Order: sequence, then C-alpha cells, then structure tokens
Amino acid sequence: MARPENATALVTGASKGIGSAIARALAQDGWAVAVNYRKDADGAQRTVEAIEAAGGRAAALAGDVANGAPDELFERAEAELGPVLALVNNAGVRADGLAIQLEDDDWDRVIDTNLTAAFRMTRRAVRPMIRARFGRIVNVASVVGPRANAGQANYAAAKAGLIGMTKTVAAEVARRGVTVNAVAPGFIDTDMTKDLPESAIEAVPARRAGTPEEVGAAVRFLASDAAGYVTGTTLFVDGGMSA
Amino acid sequence: MPTTITPEAVERTVYEALPQFGVEETDITRESTFEELDVDSLDLAELSQIIEDEYGVALKGDDVGRIKTVGDAIDLVVSRGA
Repeated sequence: MARPENATALVTGASKGIGSAIARALAQDGWAVAVNYRKDADGAQRTVEAIEAAGGRAAALAGDVANGAPDELFERAEAELGPVLALVNNAGVRADGLAIQLEDDDWDRVIDTNLTAAFRMTRRAVRPMIRARFGRIVNVASVVGPRANAGQANYAAAKAGLIGMTKTVAAEVARRGVTVNAVAPGFIDTDMTKDLPESAIEAVPARRAGTPEEVGAAVRFLASDAAGYVTGTTLFVDGGMSA
Repeated sequence: MPTTITPEAVERTVYEALPQFGVEETDITRESTFEELDVDSLDLAELSQIIEDEYGVALKGDDVGRIKTVGDAIDLVVSRGA
C-alpha cells in the first residue's frame, strides 16, 4: 500500500546528529517531518530550515519523551503537519560506567529515555496507523546491545530491549500494513562518539566512522513504500563491525 | 462530540465494524463468538478504538479479555456508558 497524502513522520531527538540526518532524509523522500527536541531549540530550527530550503515541510516540536505525555506531541504534529504515519524513536542518552559503579539514577535515566519512552511513543503511534492500514515505526538501536561494550550496561540493556520490543510489536501489527524495524548504528561521527579513542575504529572492518547521513539513508528505506515487506528486523549500519 | 450510547447505536457500530476485519455480515449475531468469527485480539483492539472514538468509552485490556461474544461487547459498552 502506498503512503497516504500529507503523511507526517515524527522523529524524536532530531535537533542534531543522527536524528537530524534522519529528519532530512525522510523529508527528501516526501514526508512532512515533525522535528522533536528536548533542549536544543536552535538545532531543531536549523533542521527545519534545512528541510524547508530543500522544498520540504517540517515543524520543530519541543518535548522530553521521557517526561511527557506522547499524546501532546502527536496532537501537535497532526495539527501542524498531518497524520503521523511514521515514528522514528531516535532520542537517546548515555550515562556510562562499569556496572559495579553505575548509580540507580544512571540506570533509570538511560532506560527511561532509550527504551520506556520509545515504548510509550510506539503505543500512541500504532493506534492511528492500524486504522489507516499504513505505518512505519523505526527504532534507533545500536550495535551495543546485541554486542558487549564495557561501561554501557544500561545503554546495552536499553538497546537490546528496543530490538526485542521491535520484533514483538512488528508481529502484532504486521497484518495492518504497519512495519516495525530497528536500525543499529555502529560508530557514527556525532557528539555522542567524539570522546571515543581512535583505537575504537580498529574494530571496524571499514576502518572509518559512519556518517549520520548513512544512518538516515537506512531509515529512509525502512520508512518507504518499497519496504512494506520488511518488518521485525534490525538493519545494522556499522561498517561490518557485527558481521 | 461523542454519540449517545443506546443498545441500538452500539449494535450498529459493532455490526458495521466487524466486516472491516474480514467478517461476513450474514454471519454476525449477538450470540456469535469472536472465535467463530475469526476475530482476534488485534481486531478487538481496533474495535475498542472505534468504540472509544465514537462513544468516548474506553475499553481496557482486561475488558477485551473477558468479552467472548458480539453480545458481550455490545452489553459492556452500554453498561459503561450508563
């Protein structure tokens, strides 16, 4: 089934980095894009302007997915742009430390934003998608999750959880033309990885970090009409790291 | 503005919704079980949404687990609206 008119994609945490690249990639494919951000209003506005300069439609929507009702974000996106038929759960935080040293708050914060918020947003998104007989949910997971990374027990748990949730929700709603997939970025050149040592790249067969645009391209495909038979899967964008 | 809840209105909503899930209209009676009609939990979740949008009555997961027949669904909505 083809994407309906006026279909809007809501991308969480889209003021910079991977989220911003995803928002721009979806807009290039004809989606109107709701650019959600928590604090970085300037970044969100730059993303919106980049989309509009390229002939697309976008709106910046403030909201902390870990601390707010999804309803409000969806209602504003629907009012300003159109029915939300794609959701990209990209908002994510890190709070690293060895498991024996992680505080409760470090654990909770990462689980709340990276996993629980994604669930709540998905639950809200799927309702109208089922009625529309069309939907695209893309969860931004990570190579960390399926794979160990010392110092990130909380992040790994959240990302592995996201992959598990992706598979089950995909199976629940597939009959209604709603696909649910994950992308698993490896080392991508963004703020979140700028303090990693050069030696980390040694583990990557491609011997370079990926770009946010390369993740955006993967999400663009999964959200497209052409990917209607792809669901419950995880697309690794990691230069071969998980191969 | 939610529609007024009467047994006739709710019955009409349910009877009109079920064919959207592949049910033959002629098979639908108050006594039909959802199992016989091949209506599963995803269909019932969507039916709950249709009812909530029309009548403002929210059916929770537990409710959906308890209703077995078309009549059960109609009666539950009517009782919630009273």
